[in-house]
Amino acid sequence: MNAINTPKQQPQSAYFLAETSNAVESHTLSVLVDNEPGVLARVIGLFSGRGYNIDSLTVSEVEHEKHLSRITIVTTATPMVIEQIRNQLGRLVPVHRVVDLSLEGRAVERELALIKVRGTGDHRVESLRLAEAFRARVIDATTESFIFELTGKGDKIDQFVTLMVPLGLVEVSRTGVAAISRGADAM
Amino acid sequence: MTRQMTGAEMVVQALIDQGVEHLFGYPGGAVLPIYDELFQQDKIQHILVRHEQGAGHAAEGYARSTGKPGVVLVTSGPGATNMVTALTDALMDSIPLVCITGQVPTHLIGNDAFQECDTVGITRPCTKHNWLVKRIEDLPRVLHEAFRIATTGRPGPVVVDIPKDIQFKSGTYENFKGSRQTAYQPRTKGDEGAIREAVRLMSGAKRPILYSGGGVINSGPDATRLLRQLVSLTNFPITSTLMGLGAYPASGANWMGMLGMHGTYEANLAMHDCDVMVCIGARFDDRITGRTDAFSPGSKKIHIDIDPSSINKNIRVDVPVVGDIAEVLAGMIRIWNEAHPKVDASALTGWWKTINQWRARKCLSYKPNRDVIMPQYAIERLYALTKGRNSYITTEVGQHQMWAAQYYGFEEPNRWMTSGGLGTMGYGLPAAIGVQVAHRDALVACIAGDASVLMNMQEMSTAVQHDLPVKIFILNNQYMGMVRQWQQLLHGNRLSHSYTEALPDFVKLADAYGCVGIRAEKPDELDDAIGEMIAVKRPVLFDCRVANLANCFPMIPSGKAHNEMLLADDISDADLGRAISKEGKVLV
Repeated sequence: MNAINTPKQQPQSAYFLAETSNAVESHTLSVLVDNEPGVLARVIGLFSGRGYNIDSLTVSEVEHEKHLSRITIVTTATPMVIEQIRNQLGRLVPVHRVVDLSLEGRAVERELALIKVRGTGDHRVESLRLAEAFRARVIDATTESFIFELTGKGDKIDQFVTLMVPLGLVEVSRTGVAAISRGADAM
Repeated sequence: MTRQMTGAEMVVQALIDQGVEHLFGYPGGAVLPIYDELFQQDKIQHILVRHEQGAGHAAEGYARSTGKPGVVLVTSGPGATNMVTALTDALMDSIPLVCITGQVPTHLIGNDAFQECDTVGITRPCTKHNWLVKRIEDLPRVLHEAFRIATTGRPGPVVVDIPKDIQFKSGTYENFKGSRQTAYQPRTKGDEGAIREAVRLMSGAKRPILYSGGGVINSGPDATRLLRQLVSLTNFPITSTLMGLGAYPASGANWMGMLGMHGTYEANLAMHDCDVMVCIGARFDDRITGRTDAFSPGSKKIHIDIDPSSINKNIRVDVPVVGDIAEVLAGMIRIWNEAHPKVDASALTGWWKTINQWRARKCLSYKPNRDVIMPQYAIERLYALTKGRNSYITTEVGQHQMWAAQYYGFEEPNRWMTSGGLGTMGYGLPAAIGVQVAHRDALVACIAGDASVLMNMQEMSTAVQHDLPVKIFILNNQYMGMVRQWQQLLHGNRLSHSYTEALPDFVKLADAYGCVGIRAEKPDELDDAIGEMIAVKRPVLFDCRVANLANCFPMIPSGKAHNEMLLADDISDADLGRAISKEGKVLV
C-alpha cells in the first residue's frame, strides 16, 4: 500500500522552534518545462521564495519543435522538503514533468568546467601532468597559461580545481550538472 | 467560429464567451482601448471602484459567493501594483480571479516608460500563473486559458498583461473555451486504493474527527452535500477552519465549532485527542496546528486535497488522497455503503460523551454587560436578527473577524467571505460590494473593525454609485484590537501605536458619502439599530461602540499545543502577560 507513509518527524512550522529536522540529502531533479519567457524565473522564484537551496542549476532547450526545455537542479534538503520541492515544481503551470533522479537511483550526472591556470616552470609541467591524469583537454595555451576543459562528476571537478590552486589557478567556469536516467526509458 | 477583431475587442469578446457578467475595474491610459470597447456593449456590467485593491477584493467576494471567477480590469503601473495585495490574498485563499492589466506598448517595455512596471515579474509569486501577451496571435488562447487555469484544480488568481499596441492590433479571434492547450492538467480523481484505505481507517476509529476547510467550498455544492452525507453516515464530529465555515451547518448536531488559534475548546481538544483525523480540503496551516510537534499526537491522519503540494507540507499524514473533494467524498461514501463496516459503536458513544463534556465547558461564554456593548453580544444580536434571511457576511481582519467566526452561525457555503490566509485588513468592505453585485436582493453585511474598515473606506463611494446596499457593521473599540491583545499578551501591555486617537465620526462620514449612518452605544439600543440597518435599502455605515479592551478567547497561545488553550474565564489580565513563553514570543 504505497498510499501509507511511514510516520516521520514533523517539519518545522512557525510554531515549532526546536531544531530537530532530518538529515539533509543532496538530490538531482530533472524538470521538463515549456520554453517560454519567465519559466526560469518561476522556478528560481519558487526556490528563493520558499527558502529552498539551489546547489546547481542548468537549463537549455532540448526539443525545439515542442518548445521544451530541461532544467536540472541539484538541491540539498531533508527528504520531506525534497518532496515539497518536487510537488511545488509540479504545480507550476508550464512544468510538464518533475523527476527526482536521486530517488530513481540510476542516473548519470556530468558537468563541464573550463579552468584557467597561470604558471611557469615546474608548476606548468605539473598542471599539464595532472590534466592528463584527469583527462582534461587543453583548449587554449599561452607561454604562461593554460585553459583546461574537464568533464565529469562534480566531485571530480572539485578535486581537479583543488589541485590547481597551488599551481596557479586563475579562474573557473562551470556549467552546472546535467543528468539523465540510465536505461532505455525517458524521464 | 473565428472572426477578425482588435485585441481590445478580443478581451471583451472572450469575457462574454466565458459568461462574465460583471467586471470590477478602474480605467487608465494603458487600458483605454478596452474601456472603449466596454462602452460600446451592454452584456458586461462594469463596476467602477475607487482604488484597484478594492476591485480585487470585490472580485474575490464576488467569486467566493458565486463559485464563478471574479474578473478585474486595471491599468498598467500603479493599477497593477495596487492589485498585488488582492492577488496575494486570492492566492492564499484559493479564490479564482482573472485580472487583466494594461501595459505600455511593446516597443516601450523596459524603457521605464510612464506608468510602466514589470507586472508579470511583480505578480509572478502572487498568482497561480501570469502572461505578458506580446503577439496578437496569442491573445485569444491566453485569455481563455487564463479562465481555465484560474477556475480548475486548486483555484487561484491569474494575470493577463496586455500592452496597449496589442489592444489596437487586429487578429483572428477564436473561442477556445473548454479546450485544454497546455501541460496543465490537474488531477481530480482520487486514487481508489487510497480512498479504500481511508475508509478502512475511518471505520475502525474509536475517536474520529472530520476537519474540513475552504477546499470543500471551492469544490462546489456537490462537495458540501457529500460532506453532510458523510457526517450523517458516520456520525463523526466535525470541525472546520475559518475558510470552511458553512460547508457543514452550524446548527447541525455534529458541529463542534471552528478549530485553531481562536477555535472552540471542544474542537481543539477533539483534534488533540482523536485517533483518526480526516482532513478534507484544509492545509494544516499554523493557525490550525499550533505547535506541530504536539499536534494531535495519537492520530492516524487522512488528507484529501486537490493540490499535491499541500500534502505532507506541515504535518506528515498517513493516507494522502489527491483529488477533487466532491469526487473523493463520493468515492468514500460509495465504498462505505458497499462495505457496511462494523463500527465500534460503544467507543463512538464514549467519544461523544467526552465531547459533550468539553462542550459543557461553554468556552464561548463571556461576561455580559448592561452598560457597554460587548463585541460578542453585538455579533450574537446581528446573527439573531439576520437569521433566516438571505444573508451574506464578509469581514475585515482582527478580533471582530474571530468573533464573527465564533458567534455567527453559518448554515450554507459561499455565505462567508473572509481573508483567511493573508489576513488582509481592508478586505471586507470591497468584498461586500462584490457579493452585493452578485446578489442584488440579499442582505450583505460586512462585520468590520474601526481600524480595518478605514483601509478601503473609499469604496463606500462605489457602493453608493452602483446602488449596492451593503451594511458595514463596525465593531468600534478605537483600537487595533488584535494588535492590542497581542501587545497585552507579549509586550507587557505597552500599547505601541495600536490606539487610533483620531477616528472619523462614522455617522457623519456616512453622510458625506451619501449613505446612511447609524450608531449604537448601549446594549439596549442595539436591536432597534440593527433592525433599522436591515430595513434601510441603502448602504449603511453602522458605528457599533463596543467595550474597548475586550479580548478574543479561547486562544491557543503561540508555541503551545491544542490542549494548552487560554479560556476567557480562567485567566486574569495580570496573568495574560505571562501566558506565552519566551520562545512563543518570536512567533507570529
